[in-house]
Amino acid sequence: MATTKLGFIVQRPPYKSENPKLALTHAIASQSVEVYLNDGDIVTAEVAFIGDGVLNCLKDQKATEHYDISSTESHIKMSLLVDVKVFVCKEDLAKFGLTENDIVMDAEEFGADMTVSVVPFQEINKMMEDVNHLLFF
Amino acid sequence: MGKLTIGCFSSLVGSMSLDFAVKLAAAAIDKGHKVDFWVSGNGTMLSIKDQRSFKDYSSLEKPLKELMAKGLNVTACEACAEARGYHKDITMEGFKRHSMDWYLASTFSADRVLHIGGE
Repeated sequence: MATTKLGFIVQRPPYKSENPKLALTHAIASQSVEVYLNDGDIVTAEVAFIGDGVLNCLKDQKATEHYDISSTESHIKMSLLVDVKVFVCKEDLAKFGLTENDIVMDAEEFGADMTVSVVPFQEINKMMEDVNHLLFF
Repeated sequence: MGKLTIGCFSSLVGSMSLDFAVKLAAAAIDKGHKVDFWVSGNGTMLSIKDQRSFKDYSSLEKPLKELMAKGLNVTACEACAEARGYHKDITMEGFKRHSMDWYLASTFSADRVLHIGGE
């Protein structure tokens, strides 16, 4: 029985590229990875939004209305639903003049227990040191 | 010997990242390492067979087939490929297609993971 921890670091803004959404969909895929592994072995995913990447977390996104695609916001909520830890850099959020009131913090409507953690970069740095592999998006 | 998992999300034409990633895979295999190679997003362009080779554009089908013959395990994200119209019937022989959990599973036993994001 072993655990491999993956850290997904999202630095790019939403909708300019596919990267933030791919980070989230790959992180969500950690929920079904066991089919490839031996009993008891797992892969866990943690996602951190830093730099311009914090813009992915803005709430009330209108991607479906304007582009007829699912929003990055909905992917963050889906991540919370499957218990993926989601961190947002407090300092980078402040640089955009944003607070916790401006971003998606939970997915209560989906029944998710997990919530978004707005933390100083120091804590994200610690997460990056704790994981086995880092993937930058 | 070790195991290297490479994930590349950049397109074949319009970026040199896949060229680099395939060369790195070749170097690792030549040294006796095992390599899993995952392409997602625009990187799934790599999986299409019979791409015409022009000197002005990257073309990796030939070196990729040589690497697969040497044991390179290469897989494309099926959803990303299908979203781009890259269906199974135009996929290079030996190029596998799976969901994203395949990539994560590969990282489980990898000694190193090199993830190259998209454009």
